[in-house]
Amino acid sequence: MEKALQLDIVTPDKVVFSDQVQYVGARGVEGEFGVLPGHFQLLAALDIGCLRYTNLEGDKKCAFVGGGFAEVLDDKVTILAESSELAEDIDQARAMQARERAEKRLEHRTEEIDADRAQAALHRAITRIGVYSEIH
Amino acid sequence: MALKDVKMKIVGVGKTKQITKAMNMVSSAKLRGAQSRIERFRPYADKFQEMLSDLASKASGNAHPLLAPRPEPKKCGIILVTSDRGLCGGFNVNLIQAALKLAREKKAQGLEARFICVGKKGRDAVRKLGLEYDRHLLDGLNSFDFQLACQIGETVIGDFKAEKLDEVYLVYARFVSLARQVPITLGLLPMKAPEAADATGAAGEEDGSLDYTYEPGVEELLAEILPRYLTVQIYRGLLDTSASEHAARMTAMDNATRNCDEITRTLTLLYNKTRQASITTELIDIVAGADALN
Repeated sequence: MEKALQLDIVTPDKVVFSDQVQYVGARGVEGEFGVLPGHFQLLAALDIGCLRYTNLEGDKKCAFVGGGFAEVLDDKVTILAESSELAEDIDQARAMQARERAEKRLEHRTEEIDADRAQAALHRAITRIGVYSEIH
Repeated sequence: MALKDVKMKIVGVGKTKQITKAMNMVSSAKLRGAQSRIERFRPYADKFQEMLSDLASKASGNAHPLLAPRPEPKKCGIILVTSDRGLCGGFNVNLIQAALKLAREKKAQGLEARFICVGKKGRDAVRKLGLEYDRHLLDGLNSFDFQLACQIGETVIGDFKAEKLDEVYLVYARFVSLARQVPITLGLLPMKAPEAADATGAAGEEDGSLDYTYEPGVEELLAEILPRYLTVQIYRGLLDTSASEHAARMTAMDNATRNCDEITRTLTLLYNKTRQASITTELIDIVAGADALN
């Protein structure tokens, strides 16, 4: 068998994914990067975005990652994310609602509303919808 | 009559027992939930700690503003985590005492203490004593998630950076076992760089296997990771307190159920005695009446 990577996606609430994969592509704060077996050791901050991976059967999959960190060490990729879902687990209706809510907030700005926060929420919602629509 | 009163009391105690027993079972179910949440959080927390201690050992001493102690601390914030509801023995009282003790100590050192409360019980106590509190998070421990920890984290970091707070502590209950929950006071800010010197970390460093490429640089990563580590610590405190609360309530309700049994026993004894006494009195009356007729 070819060499494989062990990919773990860990969030505060659960281990979202833990399996062997061929390839991992993630969106770091300084741009996208890809990891293949034999990658050098890396510690990177991740942006909100889509995490792509290819499983051992060669299927391309993706998952939503809401910012966090990635560690690559001895063919083990560990993603520490504050929130993350596999594409097939994304609740599209909820993401749509979140987008509307965030948009509304940004439209009617008041003192109490944290614009950065709403912006981040909007970004997350849009990314989620994007990841979802990629497989549907 | 006295006999009837005793009977009613027995029924009343029986009903109380049903309630305490039900609460015990509810708490034990909730405790299982809370414990599995802790279990699920552990991989994240452990990995996080590992990454941070590695980074901290790489970063140069000048470090990050969150790591720097203030030369003349004036204001300290205490995050007090309690439960929303009572009926859990001395659980909340112990936590509040621990927090107030900390506040007194800080006062003795010339610091003004302000409370940030999660959970209604702590908030009520702090309010009653007239101690200032910054912000209360109402739904507290009943339903919390990582988001709540993030919010608290952001608030204290914001205030710390704005020099509204010079030190921040977290008071929570560590879940040791079913029978033991210990109030813990944890210093959050200024942060102490966690030593990489725990057994595994030290071993890893010696053979130099932790030679990472950092993206972006070490300093920037540290700046990203530190605030989140604070959140992780707060979240762990919340989870622990929540598990402790349910454990404390379980124990309290278990005791209550046992007390109910004891009271029922005593009352039944009293009931039988009283009944016996009244039968005896009636018998004497009848015998006396029959004697008089003869």
